[in-house]
Parts: sequence; structure tokens; C-alpha cells
Amino acid sequence: MSAPIVLLDDVTFTYHPQQPPIFQHFDWEVEQGEAWAVIGPSGCGKSTLLYLLAGLRQPTAGTVLVEGQPVPRPRASIGLILQDHGLLPWATVWENAALGVRMGHFYARKRAPRDTPRPYPPALPLSEVDAWLKRLDIHHLRHHYPNQVSGGQRQRVAIARTLALHPNLLLMDEPFSALDALTREDLQTLMVQLQAELGVTTIVVTHNIEEAVFLGRKILVLHVPPNEAPIIVDNPAAGSPAFRASKEFWEMTQRLREMLTPAARR
Amino acid sequence: MRWRDLGIGLLFTIIIWQVLAWLVNRPILPGPAVVLYTFGRELVAGRLAGHFLVSTYRVLASIAISLVLAVPAGLALGQSPRLNRIFSPLLYIAYPIPKVVFLPVFLLLLGIGDASKIALIVVILFFQVLVVVRDQASAIRPELIMSVRSLGAGRLALLRFVYLPASVPAILTALRLSIGTAVAVLFLAESFATTSGLGYYIMVESWSRVAYTEMYAGVVAMSLLGLGLYYLADWLERRLAPWLFAS
Repeated sequence: MSAPIVLLDDVTFTYHPQQPPIFQHFDWEVEQGEAWAVIGPSGCGKSTLLYLLAGLRQPTAGTVLVEGQPVPRPRASIGLILQDHGLLPWATVWENAALGVRMGHFYARKRAPRDTPRPYPPALPLSEVDAWLKRLDIHHLRHHYPNQVSGGQRQRVAIARTLALHPNLLLMDEPFSALDALTREDLQTLMVQLQAELGVTTIVVTHNIEEAVFLGRKILVLHVPPNEAPIIVDNPAAGSPAFRASKEFWEMTQRLREMLTPAARR
Repeated sequence: MRWRDLGIGLLFTIIIWQVLAWLVNRPILPGPAVVLYTFGRELVAGRLAGHFLVSTYRVLASIAISLVLAVPAGLALGQSPRLNRIFSPLLYIAYPIPKVVFLPVFLLLLGIGDASKIALIVVILFFQVLVVVRDQASAIRPELIMSVRSLGAGRLALLRFVYLPASVPAILTALRLSIGTAVAVLFLAESFATTSGLGYYIMVESWSRVAYTEMYAGVVAMSLLGLGLYYLADWLERRLAPWLFAS
């Protein structure tokens, strides 16, 4: 078996020494190619978990390894998609989607600090950007600015920008929460298709039970801090667009709902 | 502003000017016709064109130098809360000081040529531009910074791809604010201890020898200088910040 792409070993994380830690002696592993959903109430630390993996936060104690390497700063092989505000308002759809690739050219000659993986994006050809815009059906909008396209289209731009860098790990923080129901389902289906096409390891953080069940073949349930042992729900039927209409889908949402109601914990 | 609006504005200005000239009915306020005639004559035959060019050069040089100095400083303070904490008390004291009072100092240190005037305007504009750029840079949403950092951006790429373009509207706003100040300060600096510039033309060559129509020709030239710079700022905004005009 290959090494896990994500490894949390005895991780403790706290924002303030006075407050209870978000994670305490927390262990978690994600294998290459898996599709995870992380769910829990607000304040449970699910975004924090993502920021630890993205290199935007550092653990107070313990080890966070992605691709077998610590993450002292964000690196381009770990893609991150946020709920909103991720696009540059002054750049067109094409320029936004090309941002990572252009930064790759900007850093083309820069080497990594000693003994660490190179954090900068690779200097890929810009034609990749057009290919991704076409794949995501937004190529016709390439000259528009973000405020001229819909929320769903903006999120497609963010996905194109991240996937254009061929990430090994794709992190998404409430990626579709700000969207209306139909657009949200549309993008969830797209993500399932992309995951199948690319085989990229994905971790989606969400507070939406249906989204977690639809996207996560494994679901990590977090509770009010401190989180100590991971609660993992296997959801092997997920991963096809048809799953949403099935009986298993409904049963799984019920099961998760029961796990997440506060009464169930006591 | 569109050309038609500009025409209407000019027409109103001339009408109000003419009415005031009739009401006042003294040599200190000549009507627009004679002034515009003098303006044309002085521009072609007199020394007005030379003074105009000298003043234009001084204003443009001051604005360029202050942008080159203040924009990087503003970006540096705006993207680093720590730097900003260190320097903001100094800025808080320095910003409201009426720096124009240092004109005599600059004259003594830099002489009566271009350098003293440019330096005075630069000192005044520097703080205006610095504060606007800093505030714009520090107002960038943290989510935006995080998502760009997650693409692998280091400090340099953030400056190049986020902070600098994000400050373009602020720089242009600061530029627009600066134009009025720069022209006003320039007038003051040129009105004594010098031998060239529109301020000199208005105060020394015309006013002191009671040549009121020439004086107003100088005022017209100074107004045109300010107006031209405003148009330059508009044009730059359209070129550099096209997303502000997309809807």
C-alpha cells in the first residue's frame, strides 16, 4: 500500500492558549485518490483542518504531512477552493483562471528553500488554461470580469484556476454554500465527474449533510471541540451522479443527521 | 466627463464670468472675451507658453516622483500590519502638518530653481498618496489573499498579482486628489523667489504691473493645466482599471 497523501499524527491545534484546543492528539489519514467530506457544526474546526492541510495554519503540536512532507507554507500542488472572494475582481475570467500558471512563469527560475518541496506552481503552457475553461463550459466568458458572471460561473473559474496546476490534493471549503440549490447540485455533479476523471484526492468541507453524502466516499464527522478521535463514516456508494436519487443516499443522510444532532452525542 | 458635458460646463463658466464682469465693472475683473483674446496672443507671441511648459513639467515631475516613492511605501505598510503599527504614529503626526510652510526651508536648501518647488509638492503629495494606497492595500479581503497564497504565491507574487493591481484605483484617486493640491502649491511656490512658471507669470509679470488681462490669461492657463491633468487621470483610469467600467 502506498503512503497516505494526508497524515495527521498526534495533532493539537489551538487558536488561544486559554480556549480548549480545536484538535487534541488527533490522528487522521487520507489515501491517494480518495474523496472525503468533512462535516460538523460551525466552530467544530472543519475549516481549521483544511487550513492546516493547506499550509495556512501550523499545528500547535504534532505533525501534518501532505505528500509525505510538512506544509510550512501553502504550495501549488495542494489546491484550495474557498466559498467566495477567491477571484481577483480586476482580472478577467481568463486572467483569473490563468493566475496560477502565470505565477508559475513568474517563479520559473526560483528554486525551493533547502530540503522542502518546491511551493511554487510549475511553469505550464497557458494553453492549459483555455482547455480547462472549455472543459468547465466557461470559455465563452473569458473576457468578462467576475462581477459580470454568476456565482456558479465564478466558482467554475476558481475550479479551473486550481485544476490547471494539476494539484495532487484538492481542498474545498464550503465551495457551493453561497449558491442556489440547482447551481449547487450542478457543481456537485461536476465535482463527482472531475474526481472520477482525474483521480485527484479531494477533501470537501461542508455543513450541508446532502453535500457531504453526495461528494464524500468517506465522511469525517467533527463535533464541538476538542476533537480527539476521528469519527469516520464509510459511504462507498457515493461517486456517481445517479447516487443522489437512490435509497442509500437518503438513508445515509438520515444516519448523518442523527450523528450530528446534539442529543445523539450525550 | 464627456466632451459635450465639458462644453456645457465651459459655457456656463463663461456666462457666469461675463455676468460678474458686468456687475463688478472694474479693471480687476475683465470679461472673458478680452481675456481669451489676451490668452491667445500671449500664448503665441508672449512668454505664456514657456511658463506653461515650466509649470507643467514641475507638476508632472512632482506627481511622478511622489507616486514612485509613496506607492511602494503604501503597499509595504498596507500588507504588513506590523510595519503599519510601527509607522502609523509617525504618519499620524506628519500627515496633518501643513507642509507648505516649509517652502522657505526648501528655498534655502535647494535654491530657487525647479528642485525646491518639486520637493515641496512631493512632500505634500507623498503623505496623501501613501495613506490612500495603504488603506486600500490593507482592505483586501483575507480570503482573497489566502486563495492566491494557496496557489503557491510568495510575498513577491502577492505584491505583483494582488496588492499592486488592487491599489490601482486608490492610486488614481490619490492622483486626482493630488492634482488640485499640486497645482495650488505650485502657484504659491512660483509666486516669489523665481523667474519662471505660471505663478510667476500671474503674480510678478502681470499682477505687480497691473496687467489684469494678462493676469487672467495666466489664471486660464493654470486652470487648463489642472483640467488637462484631470483628463490625464481619467484616461489613465480607463487604461489601467477597465474593470471599474464593466457592468
